[in-house]
Amino acid sequence: MPEIKVTPLGAGQDVGRSCILVSIGGKNIMLDCGMHMGYNDDRRFPDFSYIIQNGRLTDFLDCVIISHFHLDHCGALPYMSEMVGYDGPIYMTHPTKAICPILLEDFRKITVDKKGETNFFTSQMIKDCMKKVVPLNLHQTVQVDDELEIKAYYAGHVLGAAMVHIKVGSESVVYTGDYNMTPDRHLGAAWIDKCRPDILISESTYATTIRDSKRCRERDFLKKVHETIERGGKVLIPVFALGRAQELCILLETFWERMNLKAPIYFSTGLTEKANHYYKLFITWTNQKIRKTFVQRNMFEFKHIKAFDRSYADNPGPMVVFATPGMLHAGQSLQIFKKWAGNEKNMVIMPGYCVQGTIGHKILNGQRKLEVEGRATLDVKLQVEYMSFSAHADAKGIMQLIRMAEPRNMLLVHGEAVKMEFLKGKIEQEFSIDCYMPANGETATVTTNPSVPVDISLNLLKREMALGGSLPDPKKPRSMHGTLIMKDNSLKLVSSEQALKELGLNEHQLRFTCRVQLQDPHSDSDTLHRIYTHLKSVLKGYTTQHLPDGTVIVESIVIKVSSTPEDANTKVILLSWSYQDEDLGSFLSALLKKGLPSGLC
Amino acid sequence: MAAHLKKRVYEEFSKVVQIPHEDVPAKKLRLSKPSKSAALHIDLCKATNSTDALQYLLQFSRKPVEAESVEGVIRILLEHYYKESDNSVRLKIASLLGLLSKTQGFSPDCIIDEAINTLNNEKSHQVLAQLLDTLLIIGAQLPESPTVRQRLIEVACKHLSDTYFGVRNKCLQLLGCLGMVDTPMNKDSNVLGGVRDVQSIISDYFGDQDPRVRTAALKAMLELHERGMRIHQIIYDQACRLLSDDYEQVRSAAVQMVWVLSQLYPESIVPIPSSNEEIRLVDDAFGKISHMVSDGSWMVRVQAAKTLGSMLQVSPHFLEQTLDKKLMSDLRRKRTAHERAKELFASGEFSSGRKWADDAPKEKLDTNTVNLIASGACGAFVHGLEDEMFEVRIAAVEALCQLARSSSSFAEKCLDFLVDMFNDEIEEVRLQSIHVLREISTHITLREDQLDTVLAVLEDSSRDIREALHELLCYTNVSTKECIQLALLELLKNLNKYPTDRNSVWKCLKFLGSRHPTLVLPLVPELLSTHPYFDTPEPDMDDPAYIAVLVLVFNAAKSCPTMPALFSDHTFRHYAYLRDSLSHLVPPLRLPGRKQLYGLDSVDSGCGSGSVESAQLFLQQSLNRVSTIQNLEAPGAQELLDFTIRDLQRLGQLQTELAGAADFCATYLNCQLLLMKALQEKLWNVAVPLCFKQNVTATAAAQQILEETYKLEFLYSGLESRQVATIHLVRLQAKALQLTLTARTRQGLDTLISSCERFLQDIESFQRLFLTELPHLHNSFVEKLLELIPRLSSCKPVEMVKVLQTTLRQSGLLQLSLPVQIHRATATIIEPTGESDNPLRFTSGLVVALDVDATLEHVQDPQTTVKVQVLYPDGQKHVIHPKPGDFRRPGPDRHRLITQVYLSHTAWTEPSQVEVCLLLAYSASTASLSPPPRLGWSDSIDSLPPPEASVEGTIPFSKSVKVYIMPKPARR
Repeated sequence: MPEIKVTPLGAGQDVGRSCILVSIGGKNIMLDCGMHMGYNDDRRFPDFSYIIQNGRLTDFLDCVIISHFHLDHCGALPYMSEMVGYDGPIYMTHPTKAICPILLEDFRKITVDKKGETNFFTSQMIKDCMKKVVPLNLHQTVQVDDELEIKAYYAGHVLGAAMVHIKVGSESVVYTGDYNMTPDRHLGAAWIDKCRPDILISESTYATTIRDSKRCRERDFLKKVHETIERGGKVLIPVFALGRAQELCILLETFWERMNLKAPIYFSTGLTEKANHYYKLFITWTNQKIRKTFVQRNMFEFKHIKAFDRSYADNPGPMVVFATPGMLHAGQSLQIFKKWAGNEKNMVIMPGYCVQGTIGHKILNGQRKLEVEGRATLDVKLQVEYMSFSAHADAKGIMQLIRMAEPRNMLLVHGEAVKMEFLKGKIEQEFSIDCYMPANGETATVTTNPSVPVDISLNLLKREMALGGSLPDPKKPRSMHGTLIMKDNSLKLVSSEQALKELGLNEHQLRFTCRVQLQDPHSDSDTLHRIYTHLKSVLKGYTTQHLPDGTVIVESIVIKVSSTPEDANTKVILLSWSYQDEDLGSFLSALLKKGLPSGLC
Repeated sequence: MAAHLKKRVYEEFSKVVQIPHEDVPAKKLRLSKPSKSAALHIDLCKATNSTDALQYLLQFSRKPVEAESVEGVIRILLEHYYKESDNSVRLKIASLLGLLSKTQGFSPDCIIDEAINTLNNEKSHQVLAQLLDTLLIIGAQLPESPTVRQRLIEVACKHLSDTYFGVRNKCLQLLGCLGMVDTPMNKDSNVLGGVRDVQSIISDYFGDQDPRVRTAALKAMLELHERGMRIHQIIYDQACRLLSDDYEQVRSAAVQMVWVLSQLYPESIVPIPSSNEEIRLVDDAFGKISHMVSDGSWMVRVQAAKTLGSMLQVSPHFLEQTLDKKLMSDLRRKRTAHERAKELFASGEFSSGRKWADDAPKEKLDTNTVNLIASGACGAFVHGLEDEMFEVRIAAVEALCQLARSSSSFAEKCLDFLVDMFNDEIEEVRLQSIHVLREISTHITLREDQLDTVLAVLEDSSRDIREALHELLCYTNVSTKECIQLALLELLKNLNKYPTDRNSVWKCLKFLGSRHPTLVLPLVPELLSTHPYFDTPEPDMDDPAYIAVLVLVFNAAKSCPTMPALFSDHTFRHYAYLRDSLSHLVPPLRLPGRKQLYGLDSVDSGCGSGSVESAQLFLQQSLNRVSTIQNLEAPGAQELLDFTIRDLQRLGQLQTELAGAADFCATYLNCQLLLMKALQEKLWNVAVPLCFKQNVTATAAAQQILEETYKLEFLYSGLESRQVATIHLVRLQAKALQLTLTARTRQGLDTLISSCERFLQDIESFQRLFLTELPHLHNSFVEKLLELIPRLSSCKPVEMVKVLQTTLRQSGLLQLSLPVQIHRATATIIEPTGESDNPLRFTSGLVVALDVDATLEHVQDPQTTVKVQVLYPDGQKHVIHPKPGDFRRPGPDRHRLITQVYLSHTAWTEPSQVEVCLLLAYSASTASLSPPPRLGWSDSIDSLPPPEASVEGTIPFSKSVKVYIMPKPARR
């Protein structure tokens, strides 16, 4: 039985450094190539030695597919392609291709220039890596080679995020990347057609969460920001530069506009301007509202949101600041946080998931005294709020996607093991399909039952149809005679004559003959006639002929009568039939053995 | 083959009979046009190959065919059909057959046999499908013939097993449109040998391999339902299975099918698969359709969301699930309250995502009770309201509204969700949800936090949203006095931010006050800032915010007699002022100790309805009094009319309910008065040659009467044909007056003759239009004229003028009967206010946009009739047609025009004023009551009769507003 093997190198029962290997129909595909935010050592990248031990990456992998531009999905790409060495195609959507290098460059700068790491990929490597990228369009089927084809579907989550449908022959796998089933202010909802893949590899970040309606969340968020502003406090919203940041910007921007508010909103990073430019360009990837109104006004041209300068943090009066990074583990957001943490009028809103070990995670868990570098403690007096704005599908969303795609097996990645366990149970119970959740390095194997396509010659089909009389019933199987030829990797069903001709063989006739002794007091010709009338009355649907040369022919069966010289009354009936008429022949011989009924004339 | 040849022979034979029969009358009728059939025949014979033939047919299909030659044409087409070997030509012929059978006045039953015969030998599937389509058209033309139907159904059944989907589609369509509704077919089944019920035949194709055929089968079934056939309940299961079809059209049709069945058999019981329980069918269907709200295709989602709204019989607990996203358990299996409680507990294992880390794993719960997805109705509306496509969201909001109106507990529950929708990104959705909330607001009382969210929207910069919200607040019930205070505060904030909302905010407070008098009462001292010991400064009477507060307080005081005791002196003074200046906002109050001063008001308040009646009585009496005037020249008649007109005008001002009627009467009487005066001029006694230009006043009067009659006819709504007849009569009188006056001044006989002819035409059309009303016009001008008409039409103009003059003088005053409701169309321009001293500056030659905001009342079809007129200081007039989209309809008989008017002019040296006013356009054709009969598709345009002479004009119906503008010369 053919098998599909899935091995996560990263993101198996874990969030971060997504990298999943899939072997399907003899093809090997790498899905995503990300880095881990929580580590600064070798664990930050996926363990490519798993592959290299069998030779070079390029020899092993047929293609690499990147689902979206978040660093935990593409952060290790230059490392893999340039430092480990991979020259095959890398597939990603147009927006991802545009924005990904910006983020990689930023990441490189922070690691090399700020932290002073060596042995890291260079700007040139990022450029070289991006040269290997083949862009994808939504719903466009791309042939990687003769057998492997991939197709991208809209995934929501961030601009340009895609789910990919990978197909080899009749086996297929869908990898979701990160996706969102509820539309938001700037992106639509993920959508896939009923492609019935063999495995659906889905993220499961929010495996145990069913979120409130997004409207409640938005209202809460706006209300909290508004209240803090009104009492003169400052609001810090730590975000990652791209993705949620734009969502929240649009939310606040439209709110400011609708309510005519005056307090300044700042955005802290220079990189956003570059990225916002791409957001303005890729309007087709956004949601209905933005797509429809961009002619009047592009929603990403913000009126109220201005660039942040470090000195503004000390300005008096209310303000809202978006600052990177999102988990308060380093950079500007942490600096501003330290400045504002002492005042209880201020507020920090964590709009998404925080990895364990980051300051974001600590303060969300209620820690009020933090140890920052230099062993000084920091009293956290400002209000800490958590708003789930991350654009991942929740439990119900995951179930909804399963219902949309109708997979035969399910595989969960990109989530915490305990939560996955829960969702796995639900899926197995609800859809009664198998669900896998391999850890990193573990291989999940799914046996498939692919249908094998066979070409059938039209003549044969027509002949069979003519035989059958009425139209075939599509619900009932029907058997037919033919010869299966396997040649040049293809299967063909043809009639036996044609098969013989193609193979250059002579046809051999196989005939069975049989003698039946019969007691009949009539002359030979009379006996034959009696047999003829008897058979005619028994075999209604068949052509029975009495030929003048003293034979009776039923279909292709020849019947002759001769009397034994010893006893004129004992007649020997000679039956002869071909192999094809075996059934009828044996029936006739059995029938004649019983003798002729007396009532015949 | 022999049979085919025989048929050919038969066809030839029939042609020989037909053609002379057809051609002879055609020749007689129109010599210029050769018969279509003959021409076609020749063309088709000429065609050497199929392309040519197709060209001829295409040309032919563009031309109309008259009903009497259709049959001949069809026979020729059929003949060619049999000869033709090319599929495309046959296809075209088949489609032409269908087109021709639709010709009005042609009955296709004579060709039905031939049409059915063509099917037998047809090999091409496409042509077959087209032929079936033709049969469908023929069948639809002959609804009264059961035998034809029977035959067509047999044909359809025969071809149902075709391999081509199009043929099966058409067969199903045929079955759907023609299947017997009233008589069950199994009655005939013995005779016809196993003809089955149409429904079961159609339902066999629910499982067809082609999705298009499945859709067609569902549609055919729906068509049967539309035509009144009772769909069997057995289909329900099949329809439910189709809800999970791979193709969206099928799913969409299946949603409709399931809905139809749920409406037909709401109470029947269906089993739940995988359990031994049963529920009502409507509940089951509701669950299944709710499921479709999260379908992959948005068309299906819209369909499903819309459908949900009309399933009112669904059980309340199912309904409430649609708003619950977290309760994931399969509620259909619930049996006891104990189980239910357990499940509620179980549902808590999912975190809401609102608090950090509340999804930390707890102990494993019994997952059997928690079902994530098969729970049907769960959260359907939560999904629908969050949908990506605003079409789905609007459909969901509307469905929510329909369901909430029928169930108050559901209304209570969906409140939060609707309030959330106020924050939608698309204004249309926000507006719609505000409207919906208003509609269901009778069921609900807003809590303080909900009110808070609602009021937050008052800061919205869109005017439509704010006004919709004001409207909503007018109907809202609130529970505490804090709510009132909050609402007032926010409304005042709104007023401060957007001063143009003044009227709308005041109106809103008026209703808020009169709805919650007891809640306002404890707030009064604070609101009016009175103090028990000290006198507080008197607030500024021109402050809109202070007026707003007073409106709230006075309206509350109306049903709360203790409140006036809390007022301070100046409040009473302000009351008197406001009662006069804003009488529509401030109700009459019975104030202690001030009865003598405000006697009139208290009488008004005492018998509000009685006063309307008395006013009505007064109106009627005045009219009766006027009707005593027998002759226009009766002495004292003029004075009486003068008085009555004045009375009526004043009545109209006093009693708004009767303003329309009073104005109408006054205008009518004014016409009579003018006529009377004109007839009593001295000039009538002077010999013709002597008076040259002395009849200026009379001419002006005639003109004025004419204009007034147009006003009477088009400015007032609710007129019956009796009144219209009266108005036309007056107009006729005015025209007669004009005619006599022309006769006296002009010497030219030609003009006189032509105007006499025109007048006679007028009389004729009057007679035609108001034939039914003539008996009521007893002893009137027209009656007399009609008696004289044989004489008039033959006599000379001069004589006719004389007759007219005497009749005019003799005719009496026709009494006006009042219709039940009569309203005058009015318009008020809210913006521009005309108060600004700053001129609007712009470069001359370019345009400047002026925002115009006006309310229109009692205007029918404002999109076509209302225009904006701009009058420049140099007398230039521009009439601007607003776009249909600029009109909104906030209430019955009320419209709102918000538009931009583009002004442009050459340079001026000084700023100057332009006048903007609204016009009501009318077009009074002489035969206005009956639109000209539509011509068939036959004749070309040049044979159309010239449009009838109609009088078009405009009536200004709003006060004009002056706008200061200043076009500056362009800088070089």
